[in-house]
This record gives sequence, C-alpha cells and structure tokens, in this order.
Amino acid sequence: MPTVTSLDVSAIRKEFPILAQQMHGKPLVYLDNAATSQKPKCVIEALTRFYLMDNANIHRGVHELSERATQSYEAARGKVQRFLNAAKEQEIIFVRGATEGINLVAQTYGRTHVGAGDEVVISALEHHSNIVPWQMLCEEKSAVLRVIPINDRGEVEFDQFEKLLNRRTKLVAVSHVSNALGTINPVRKIINTAHGWNVPVLIDGAQAVSHMRVDVRNLDCDFYVFSGHKVFGPTGIGVLYGKEKLLEGMPPWQGGGDMIRSVTFEKTIYNDLPYKFEAGTPNIAGVIGLGAAIDYLDHIGMDAISAYEDDLLEYGTRALENISGLRLIGTAREKAGVLSFVIDGVHPHDAGTILDLEGIAVRTGHHCAQPVMDRFGVSSTTRASLAFYNTREDIDALVAGIQKVKEVFTV
Amino acid sequence: MINDLYHETILDHSKRPRNFQLLEDANRRAEGYNPLCGDKCKVFLKEHDGVIDKVTFQGAGCAISTASASLMTEALKGKTIGEAETLLAKFHDLLTTDQPLPKDLGKLMVFSGVREFPARVKCATLAWHTLRAALRGAGEAVSSE
Ligand SMILES: Cc1ncc(COP(=O)(O)O)c(C=O)c1O
Repeated sequence: MPTVTSLDVSAIRKEFPILAQQMHGKPLVYLDNAATSQKPKCVIEALTRFYLMDNANIHRGVHELSERATQSYEAARGKVQRFLNAAKEQEIIFVRGATEGINLVAQTYGRTHVGAGDEVVISALEHHSNIVPWQMLCEEKSAVLRVIPINDRGEVEFDQFEKLLNRRTKLVAVSHVSNALGTINPVRKIINTAHGWNVPVLIDGAQAVSHMRVDVRNLDCDFYVFSGHKVFGPTGIGVLYGKEKLLEGMPPWQGGGDMIRSVTFEKTIYNDLPYKFEAGTPNIAGVIGLGAAIDYLDHIGMDAISAYEDDLLEYGTRALENISGLRLIGTAREKAGVLSFVIDGVHPHDAGTILDLEGIAVRTGHHCAQPVMDRFGVSSTTRASLAFYNTREDIDALVAGIQKVKEVFTV
Repeated sequence: MINDLYHETILDHSKRPRNFQLLEDANRRAEGYNPLCGDKCKVFLKEHDGVIDKVTFQGAGCAISTASASLMTEALKGKTIGEAETLLAKFHDLLTTDQPLPKDLGKLMVFSGVREFPARVKCATLAWHTLRAALRGAGEAVSSE
C-alpha cells in the first residue's frame, strides 16, 4: 500500500506555478478543483512546444511537420487507452469534454436504440450535462426518463435502482463521482445489474479520473466520458470511451472531413473507428496536452494520489464537522474530493465572497446539479474540492476562513 | 475590503429585513430570479394616483440581495412612479459604472462597495430589476441576468 508520505506535495506544488501567487494579499488556496484543475508546467510546456515546433494538421500532410503532429496526436490516444485500461486505441474518441461525450452517445446510440415508451435511467446525483441530453432524447422519442433516488447521505438507493430496471430500459447513465457531493457511486454493481437486463451503461467520469485509478475493462462499462481540464489537462478536450462493438454499430454523429473514407454525391463511406466520430480538425494541441497530463499522473501514480486525497478528505471532513452551525451536504460512506456545506444564517454566496477575500477559491451555487440541491432543501452550497496538490494547511486556511465568515455575520 | 462590502447597515437589513411580507392589497407585483445563485425575489406595490403607498418584498437570498431589497422598500415609500424610475437608474449607475459616486442616494450609498465585486452586482440589482418589472406591468418572472 502506498502511504501518505509517498507524495512529495511541496515538490508537486512547484510544478503548478499558478498556485504560488497572492489573492487579495493572501496566499492563494485553490479549492475549486471540481470546477477545473490547475495545469502542471509539463502540460503548459507541451502546448507551447507543439505550437512552437510541431504545429500542423493531422492525418493529411505528406510533410514532416504533419507527420510529427499526427504521431503526437495518436500517441496521446494510446496514453488515454492505457490510462483507462481500454482494450483498444480505437475505443478512445476525442471530444470537447464530458458534455460532448454524453451528447454524442445520446444522439447516436440513444437515437437508434431508444423508442416510444422506452426508458433511460439516470440518478438523482447527476450534473446537468448528464440529465439534459437524456431529457432531450426522451422528449424527441416519447421515451421516459427514470431517476434513481438518493438517501440523506447522498448515496444512490441501490434497491430502488434494481426496481427501476425492466424490459423497456434501454440505457443507464450515471456519474462515477458526484460533483456536488463527492459521492462515489457503486458503478461496478450498477453495471453488473444493468447487464443482467442487457442494458448498456454510460459512466460520467468527469469527477472520478483525477482522484482514482479507473479501469473500464474491470468496470465493464459500455461508455465512459471525462474532460481533460478536470485532470490537469487543457480545456476544450475530453474523451469518450466506448466498447468497440457498440461504437461500430453506432451511426456517425457529425459529418465532415476525417470521418469519411470516400465521398461522392451519391454515397459516402464512413471511416473506421475512432475517426468515424472525429469529424473535422480536432483540438490537436488539446489532445497532446492531455497526453502530457496523463504522463504526469503516471509519474506520480494514481494509487498514491488516491491514498493521499483520502487522508486529506478525512482531515477536512473532521475539521468542518467541528465547526458549529456548519452542515456538510453529502456524507456518503464512499466519497472523493468534495466538501460541500452550508452555514446557518449565512448564504453561500456571501461565504464565497468572504473566503475569496481571504485568498480561498471555492465554488458557491447549485454546481449544475439543481435536483441535488432540491433533494437537500437548499438553493445552493459552498463547495471546497480537492486535488493532490492541496494540503492540510489549505484545509486549515479554509477553516480559518469559515471562522471569519461567521465573525462577519455574527453567527 | 470585507467591511466595504458588508457594511453594518447591509448586515442589519439582511438579518432583519424591513417590509418583508406579502402585500395582500398590492396592485402591482413581479417576481425576479437570479439563475446564477438560484435566488428569488417577489416585489409587491400598492400604488395610488402615481404614488407608491406601500411596498414589500419576499424571497430567499444572500445578504446583499436581501439588504438591497429591504433598503429599496424603505427608499420607495411615498415616491412617485417617476421618482422610483429615477432612483432605479441612479442605483444601477452606482453599481455598474466607474463614474464618481452619485451623491443623493441616501442610505443606498452603503452599496457603493459592490462595484468592486462584479460577481455580486447581480445580487444587489435583483430586487430593483424586479421593481422595474412591477412598475412597467410586466408581471411575469424576470431574471437579473
Ligand atoms: C460530474 C460531471 N459531469 C459532467 C461535467 C461536464 O464537464 P464539461 O463541462 O467539462 O463538459 C462536469 C463538470 O462540472 C461534472 O462535474
């Protein structure tokens, strides 16, 4: 077992130059990692190097530069494949982000497999991006969206999930980790159970990949999506993993260059995987930057990161629990990376502003998960979200910041 | 900086909002919504011959939006519709321009610190946007976006 001390966090923090600055005269304490993560130097340098030395379009030039760009782009696909332990590189489709990955599946697999009266199952923990694409699909197809309820800790009620499945269920789409509460869903059990009904499962891994090792073959999920910017890579790039057989059976999504093998006005032959789903010039630099982020995570080790963060989350949970008048929202037994809370007598928006003046960056609001807020009877929360470059000192600063909030509002 | 934003008067009005109730005999009303933070605000007016007799509000919001609504109701009492419109425009300028601060805003001047916090301007203007909808008779929900 890797131990907590196996992460040299002060060395790690040096790799993230953005962290070493002052906000409002106080050292920056960045606790908004669930919104987006910071980028290590190696990612920033990979982007710079690409534009300085290697920039060209891919898959189309005979010249050396294009060859180099293509190689780097495809090498990054291999890195993602190994990162997720996918069976084949062709199963890795580059998209804009988790949102686009989900929409791609809804618009291709969804539109060809979901019909009138059919059902799609999601959970009550989902980010809007794993709700709305399915609502749109269900509306178009006169299908029904079913929602797995959650308990007071913010855990999905597994027995209710089992009851929701039936002959009409065509797809299950759930998050691996909830962005609003940090709950780790029992995705392996969910997938197994759904497969018992021959129902494929999409996992929204946007909040999981930065905190834990993900193995899509071990999970046996049918689709898995994540966003590069939440795993220390650039914005505008994300990944859709799909099992080869499913992807092959799906119609293309967008039409354009690269996704075709031959075009005449009578008939177009589509390209093979993964290119069938990558129409047009992709975010080449973004892909290469994501590859650099994955190299960096490999170098640190996802298991060491998980162990370190588990310890930090527990430290943070205990520290916040000791603050009177503070209520943690989301107390699942299995959690990753998120401390969401409300303070009696203080609106989260005000707490967020005062914390900001103390140099502490948190998110306040509904976190694109309004149904979760409704479930807990709050309109919003304050959310501190962790990454492996955060420290116990960051948590201590948060606690001091919260005391300041309570002072200002005399609560 | 904290005290520039969370002026004593603002804290007071956010904890003990004035005119915080439904107005049964209102003849103008509107509902506002700030999609950014989910805050809602309802404004009720009783107007007679172009003069605002009574004005109340309801809603759950942050300290800035609650205090702004509370102080707004105090400032509007007895004003004509025209005066209310003028006040609204001045208050908006107070928050959103970098012009020298207007002078004749009375207690509302406590919001002058908000202009340094662009993310909070919408909190302070929510009640006022709702007021405008009520004055202009657009009774449906408005957003402070
Ligand atoms: C659980 C979850 N799913 C999906 C998304 C959407 O990610 P993106 O906006 O990068 O597409 C997010 C982002 O906050 C998220 O937290």
